[in-house]
Amino acid sequence: MDDIIKVTDKCIGCKKCVPACPVGIISMEGKMAVIGDGCIVCGQCEDICPVNAIVINREVNTDGLPDVNDFRHIMVYAETAGGSLMSVGKELISEAKLLSQDLGCEVWAVLVGKGIKNHANECISYGADKVYVIEGDEFEEYTNDAYTEAFTKLINETKPEIVLMGATSVGRSLAARIAVRIQTGLTADCTHLGIDLKKKILLQTRPAFGGNIMATITCENYRPQMATVRPKVMKLGEPDTSRKGEIIDFAVDIKAVDIRTKILEVIRSGEEKVNLADAEIIVSGGRGLKKPENFKMLYELAELLNGAVGASRAVVDSEWIESFHQVGQTGKTVQPKIYIAVGISGAIQHLAGMSSSDVIVAINSDENAPIFNVATYGIVGDAMEVVPALIKEIKREKGIK
Amino acid sequence: MHIVVLVKQVPDTTDVKINPETNTLIREGVDSILNPFDENAVEAALQIKDKNPDTKVTALSMGPPQVETMLKDCIAMGCNEAILLSDRHFAGADTLATSYALSKAIEKMGDVDIIMSGKQAIDGDTAQVGPGVAEYLNINHVTYINKIEYEGGDTIKVQSNIDGGYSMLELKTPVLLTVLKTINSPRYPSLKGKMAAKKKEIPVWSAEQVAANFERIGLKGSPTVVVKIFTPEAREGGEFIDGETAEEKAQKLTGHFKEMGII
Repeated sequence: MDDIIKVTDKCIGCKKCVPACPVGIISMEGKMAVIGDGCIVCGQCEDICPVNAIVINREVNTDGLPDVNDFRHIMVYAETAGGSLMSVGKELISEAKLLSQDLGCEVWAVLVGKGIKNHANECISYGADKVYVIEGDEFEEYTNDAYTEAFTKLINETKPEIVLMGATSVGRSLAARIAVRIQTGLTADCTHLGIDLKKKILLQTRPAFGGNIMATITCENYRPQMATVRPKVMKLGEPDTSRKGEIIDFAVDIKAVDIRTKILEVIRSGEEKVNLADAEIIVSGGRGLKKPENFKMLYELAELLNGAVGASRAVVDSEWIESFHQVGQTGKTVQPKIYIAVGISGAIQHLAGMSSSDVIVAINSDENAPIFNVATYGIVGDAMEVVPALIKEIKREKGIK
Repeated sequence: MHIVVLVKQVPDTTDVKINPETNTLIREGVDSILNPFDENAVEAALQIKDKNPDTKVTALSMGPPQVETMLKDCIAMGCNEAILLSDRHFAGADTLATSYALSKAIEKMGDVDIIMSGKQAIDGDTAQVGPGVAEYLNINHVTYINKIEYEGGDTIKVQSNIDGGYSMLELKTPVLLTVLKTINSPRYPSLKGKMAAKKKEIPVWSAEQVAANFERIGLKGSPTVVVKIFTPEAREGGEFIDGETAEEKAQKLTGHFKEMGII
C-alpha cells in the first residue's frame, strides 16, 4: 500500500485526517497517522493534512495509450428489448444532449438488433445527431460475442470520447466486456454525469458503500470514458420530431459459429411488466407488514391507483415476494409520481432507489423510522389499520362499492 | 470438473452508519462478511459438486491478509481449496485492474471449467468484475442466473433474468456464471467442514507469483480514479398527517391524492 499512499515523518499527529477519511480507515499509532486496508485513494486526507505529510503516488503510465485528443463525440447505446426501444436509451440520449453542449460535440446513438432501424428517427428526435445501425440475424438477441465484437469495431473506427449505456442486464455485461477488450475505464451505475469544463472530461458520480457515500470518478487518460446509468435516473427530454440526423448502416460480419451462447428460449413475461420502472404510482411493502399475506392489501391498493407493487430488500430476502419487486440499491431505481412506503423503515439502501420520487407517502408504526425524513406525507400508525381505511376511502371517492 | 468461485469480503453495508459530524463512514463495530451474493455462488458450486463427486471447488479472493478468515468459512461450507490473492501492489485497483489480477490467478490454476461469482458485491455494486474476468480469459459468461442445470460433460444450461423476462441458455465450458440471491439458500458449515477449515492452509499468491504485469494492477493499472467523495444530499421531509383514527388519516391522505389529480 505504501507504494501508493504513505504517511511521511512530517506527520505532526494532529489527527485531522482521521475524521476526514470517508471510509474510516485512518487510525493513530502513537503520534503517527496510519492508513489501514480498504483505502479507496480518494485524496481527502492528502487535502486536509496541514503539513503535506500524506503523499499519494498518482504516477500514471500513459505509454502506449492512444492520444485522448483523437477521440470526439458522445456515443449512446439505444438498447432494444424484443425489438422495441427501451426508455433508458432515450433517457441517455437526452442526457448526452445536455453533456454535448458543454463539450461542443455531437451525440451518436447506436441501434443493434434485427429489424430495429425504424427506431432511428426516435433516437434523432431525442437528440441524436447520428444513428449507427448494426443489423443482422445474429444480433436478434443479445450475446456477448456478437455484441462485444460489433461495439468494439464501431468504437475503434469512430473513436467516441464518451460511451454511455443503460445499467440493464445487457448493458452491465456488454460495457464490462468492451472496457476490457478496449482497455479503458468503466464506471457502473452512475446517478449523475457532468463535464469538468477545464479538462473537458466526464465527471461520473455514483453511490458507494450501499449508498452511504457518493463518489465522483474520472477517467482522464484512457478513451473512451465509459459509464453505465440505471434506468429512470436521467430525465427523459422532450422529443422533437422535426430534428434532422444522419442514419448510418454499420456492417459487422459475425459468424454464427463464433457465438458461444446458444439461446434456447427467451420469455418476456407479462408478469415482470409489473414494470416498476415505468409505473407512475408504486405501493411498496416492508417488514412492517408482519406477514407475507398482508401484501394482498398492497396489491388491492396498487390496483385501485393503477400502480405497481414494490418491496424492500428485507421482505425479498425473506421470500415474501419475488425479487423483481425489489426497490433500492440492489434492486430497481424508481422515480414515480407517488411512492407509498408501507411498513418500510427506510434504510439508506432503500432510499437510494426511490428518494427521487415526486411525492413520498410513508405509513409506519415507528414515528422515528428514517423513512419519515424523506416523506412528503407521513402517517404514524399500524399499516393493517391505515391501508384498509385508505382502500375504503379511495373506493368511496371513486364510487366503487 | 474444476469450479472456481470468486468471493469478496465486504463491510456489511446494511450496518454501516454515517458520522453526522464528519459525514464519514463509521467502521467500528461493522462486521466484514462474505459478500451475500457470493455466498449463493459458493452454494451453487457445491450443489454441482454434490451431484458430481469428482468436482473440485476452489474459492478465490483478492484482498488484504485478513480475508483468510472468510476463505476458511468457504472451506467450512465445503470448498476443497481456497486461494488468497494478496499483494500491496494490488491496492487502489478499479474493476479493470481487479478483473485482470483475478484472471491471472485463474490462468495460474490452469484447468478451470466453471467460474462463478455473485451478481455484484454489496460495497461497490458494480457487477463488472465477473464479465471483466471472462473477457480477460476469453471465455463466455452469463449474468443474473437463477437456475443452473448441469448433468455432467461440457454442456451447462442456465436460466438468466433479463429486462422484462428471462432466457434459457445453453453454454459450453469453460464459462463464467454470476448468480442471483434467488438461485438457492446457502448451506451452513458442517462440523466436519469447520474442522477441515481449521487445519486448512490458505496459500497466498502475490502479483509476481501470478505473473501479473505491474503496469496493469493496483492504482497504476486503473483507468478510473476517485476525485471526490461526499455524502448524498438528504431529501427534505414533509408533514405528518394527524388524526384520531386510521380512518381520519386515510381521509386526509385521500384528499391530498385528489388534489394531485390521481383519483
